[in-house]
Amino acid sequence: MDAAPVLRYLLAFALAPLLGGVITKTKAFFAGRTGAPLLQGYFDLAKLLRKGTVYSTTTSWVFRAGPVVTVGAVAVALALVPMGGTPAPLAFPGDFLLLAYLFALARFFTIAAALDTGSAFEGMGASREAQFSALAEPGLVLCFLALTRSAGDLSLSVSLGALSFAAWRSHAAVLALVAAALFIVFLAENARIPVDDPTTHLELTMIHEVMVLDHGGPDLALVEAASWLKLWVLGALVVGVAVPVRTGIPALDGGVFLAAMLLLGVAVGVVESAMARLRLLRVPQLLVASGVLAALATALISG
Amino acid sequence: MFEINTLLVGLLLVNFVLLGASRLGTSVRQVAAQGALLSLLTLAEHAGWSAPWRVWLLALGSGVVKAVVFPYFLRRALREADVRREMEPYVGFTASVLVGVTALAASLWLASRLPLPGPVASPLLVPVSLFTLLVGLFLLVSRRKALTQVVGYLVLENGVFCFGLALPEDAPLSVEVGILLDIFAAVFIMGIMIYHISREFDHIDTDRMSSLRDETT
Amino acid sequence: MGAFLAALGLIVGGGVASVLTGRRRSWRSRAAVTGIVAGSLCGLVAAVRVLAGAPTPTLHVPWRVPYGSFSLAIDPVSALFLVALFVLAPLASVYGGRYLEEEHGDESLGGVWLFTGLLVAGIALVFTARNAVLFLVAWEVMSIAAYFLVTFEHYRDEVREAGWTYLVATHLGTAFLIALFLLMGRAGGSLDFDEMQLGHASPPVAGLLFVLAVVGFGTKAGLVPFHVWLPEAHPAAPSHVSALMSGVMIKTGIYGLLRVLLLLPSPPAWWGWLLIAMGVASGLGGVLFALAQHDLKRLLAYHSVENIGIITLGLGVGLLGVHAGLPLVALAGFAGALLHVLNHALFKGLLFLGAGAVAHATGTRDLDHLGGLGKRMPWTGATFLVGAAAISGLPPLNGFVSEFLIYTGAFAAATAGRGAVLAAAIAGAAGLALIGGLAVACFTKAFGAVFLGEPRGTSAGRAREVAAALRLPMVALAAACAGIGLAAPWVLAGMSRALAQVARALGLPAPDAQIETLRSALAWVSLGSLALLAAVAAAAVARRLLLRGRTVAAGPTWGCGYAAPSPRMQYTASSFAQPLVDLFRPVLRTETAGTPPSGPFPAPASFASATPDPADRRLYRPVFAGVAALFGRLRWVQQGRIQLYLLYLVATLLILLLWKVR
Repeated sequence: MDAAPVLRYLLAFALAPLLGGVITKTKAFFAGRTGAPLLQGYFDLAKLLRKGTVYSTTTSWVFRAGPVVTVGAVAVALALVPMGGTPAPLAFPGDFLLLAYLFALARFFTIAAALDTGSAFEGMGASREAQFSALAEPGLVLCFLALTRSAGDLSLSVSLGALSFAAWRSHAAVLALVAAALFIVFLAENARIPVDDPTTHLELTMIHEVMVLDHGGPDLALVEAASWLKLWVLGALVVGVAVPVRTGIPALDGGVFLAAMLLLGVAVGVVESAMARLRLLRVPQLLVASGVLAALATALISG
Repeated sequence: MFEINTLLVGLLLVNFVLLGASRLGTSVRQVAAQGALLSLLTLAEHAGWSAPWRVWLLALGSGVVKAVVFPYFLRRALREADVRREMEPYVGFTASVLVGVTALAASLWLASRLPLPGPVASPLLVPVSLFTLLVGLFLLVSRRKALTQVVGYLVLENGVFCFGLALPEDAPLSVEVGILLDIFAAVFIMGIMIYHISREFDHIDTDRMSSLRDETT
Repeated sequence: MGAFLAALGLIVGGGVASVLTGRRRSWRSRAAVTGIVAGSLCGLVAAVRVLAGAPTPTLHVPWRVPYGSFSLAIDPVSALFLVALFVLAPLASVYGGRYLEEEHGDESLGGVWLFTGLLVAGIALVFTARNAVLFLVAWEVMSIAAYFLVTFEHYRDEVREAGWTYLVATHLGTAFLIALFLLMGRAGGSLDFDEMQLGHASPPVAGLLFVLAVVGFGTKAGLVPFHVWLPEAHPAAPSHVSALMSGVMIKTGIYGLLRVLLLLPSPPAWWGWLLIAMGVASGLGGVLFALAQHDLKRLLAYHSVENIGIITLGLGVGLLGVHAGLPLVALAGFAGALLHVLNHALFKGLLFLGAGAVAHATGTRDLDHLGGLGKRMPWTGATFLVGAAAISGLPPLNGFVSEFLIYTGAFAAATAGRGAVLAAAIAGAAGLALIGGLAVACFTKAFGAVFLGEPRGTSAGRAREVAAALRLPMVALAAACAGIGLAAPWVLAGMSRALAQVARALGLPAPDAQIETLRSALAWVSLGSLALLAAVAAAAVARRLLLRGRTVAAGPTWGCGYAAPSPRMQYTASSFAQPLVDLFRPVLRTETAGTPPSGPFPAPASFASATPDPADRRLYRPVFAGVAALFGRLRWVQQGRIQLYLLYLVATLLILLLWKVR
């Protein structure tokens, strides 16, 4: 088997917390603060991995299974994503479906773990999460549909690999639509503003943050790691559509990809600083809009 | 005893008595007489004393059932229901007899128009059977008491049985036995029903039972 | 064929034996259960033999019914459906044996087992009948037997009402089926499926036949808007019967529709669109109404509607592929639909058995009064979780595999097609994605409300795990779900003969290449599933190693520092589903009632919500009321006097006689 995909996979594992750090640094910059160091994610993981944990007496094995299944699912999902023009370690026709449904599996167990605590806070977060991700699913699937139709192949690696700046020149409108739709899904799935505020767990804003309130120690480390990996997976998709560099030199492509990912982190930071979170009643409209954009893109691609 | 035409005329007269009868007991007796006459008619159809044993069996069986068993059931139902023994018809007795005469004329005319499969033992057979049938139907429609419904039904079936005798010999005898079984079951059930009706409502007057119909409010 | 006939004999014989031993406690269920299990094994052998490559066994016994002949045949498509039946039936019966003894031990159980045997045998005959008259007879036997099973607890008003609704609905469907078969016989020249020649049928006739089939078989399958009987009848029946009905009986509708499709060649495009549209409508309608339910079994019944929608969507994608000349699309669609038939039988059966266990242990099916049962009923909870994950289409279980195939068909159609095909594929893919997302929401609600958190009522607090006889079928079904999920390529290979038959009947080339493509994709999926299990296991092991030597304490739920949580403060099922129910209010029209809390100090308050089915409220009830009003105008004919009725008869007879004689 080719070494490059596996190498990129491992690199992604290693660099995912950095992305979170970039986002926080950007937001701090906008707020006029110095902010936490870029490597804060690694420090947090190390701290959490050293701790013990407390389990609530209300919970059962489902609560303990939640973080484990989440991180396992996202780790396998990462193996399905092509990065920087190199195909993914696991590439086959229909792999994007496995990706989407691995996220669904992770979501299922996160919600179940939240409900297992028997607390109204986690229940509220779980309920909202169920609603938003149900509406984000069609958007994600339609984005994949647009990509496969444009490439004529059912594999994500092939579809993203077929994109290039030349494709942007000829199909700018379509790819812009797809990129926009994917960006919205990216923000929604990763609990970023304008869908959710990842820095608070106040009632007004809590969706993702509140679901993991009762986890501690290594469990919380796994949850955090899963959220960064998910950021990386969806970010790789956005970057794959928005910045499809195909110079032919793998190392150069990889470097550009990495830079683009960090730029994406900056972009997310900018969006988070510039916008407020949407009213909860408006979020479904946003998600439906992303689906419509993707459907439009698909329809516009001539056969 | 086995002269067909005599028996048929006897049947005719019994029908007229049924039309004019004003008491339930008379009706039951007449139906019994009709049954006996019909069993004799069966034997007469098949050459009297020298008829095959199957015919004797059928004739004796049907005679016992119709002349003995049914009247017994009906009289028992009458006794247990303990109702007034008058008939109370919708159509008066004189009018009924006149209707009977019309029915006889109609059945004579119908019999001449019916395409029958083969030769018949007597030219009176089909008209009399049709007449019995019509008398039975008339009794069903024009009498008030539930018990007369049973009587009317029995007369109707007697008419059918008689008509069956007009068919050629190779008609299976099992048809006749089947009809008999039919009647037996029906009378049995009707007897039980009348008992229950009278127990529930203290009468067997179908006119007062019309309030049972399905109403929409 | 001998094994199959032995199967029928054993199944019905077991039921009869149970009637004869009616009141003898230890024997009555055992006889029937043994009969059904033994018969199912024989039937399974017969079916698997056909799928493995044996030639189609046939049976032809001349019958005195006009136009009818007692001819059976087990071809690969029938064998596939038979597998679903003969896997679920014995497991449901083992469960039912113990369940009925515990819940209804004092009653006479002979009748219920006789009808169970008749139901299973009837379904088996429906799947193998090759003559329209025999098919209809078996259909009626199945429907009537199911009616008696639904009304088992006939002393309860709602059960009687549900039975009545079911009876009327199924006979309305059968009326359409009779019309369908009569027309097919006229157009095709024979009522035997093997001798019908429908190739020359003109497009209007073929279209009419298709519509009749969709309505008639759709009523049994539970397609929107013919589904109104499903949410009434399935909760009313005892749980193992609900499992059988949801798992296999509604699939007879799909089987019938598929049979008709196989007999009508060259489907026009609008057939595929109609099925896709109805599939998406049923899927969305089913899952949305499931979200609004408080009763666990009613929720599961609506999910059956949803999954039938998914299967129909798959059939629609398949037809789309046939018409557009895209063999991969066609094959993927049909493969997904057929596999989902089997998968749904397994996980829906599992879920209904689990719901029955919960109802049995706590005495209630109301989601808002359950909770925390995962700790008290660990086996039931674990198997229910497997079923919930499977029905939501999550890897590594079997639901994902069949949805993957249908998606592949839709995506292939969108990639290669244009115009209307593209639009249909987009609608199908988006619809399926939304259905999947909502299913996850609904099943986290159901699983969470029943098994997680703290018990919300006293009966839930006293629940105990159910007996081994009830647990064993659930574990077996859960294992089957996981097994099919992981062994998907082999399962698809097992279905290849059925798919070849479908391809041949619809005029496609031999599907070996496409099956190979799908198989290799499924092999990758299985690899991904194994990787998933490995990753999860690795994470679990890592966590255990990390926690070794560290303090692992127990305490109350932190929940943002709230000091005195009570079970009543947990999110209930209705509150969990509220954002989605609110969002889809125009479709659901949930009615709420109650008194809100008012005043400065807490006073008693109440809240109740109910979501009536709009197909029932706004389609059937007005139509039936209109028909009743129309016939009410004829009521003057009924005077209540028997003499008058006899006069009607006599007059009619005399008129006829005079007319004939003249």
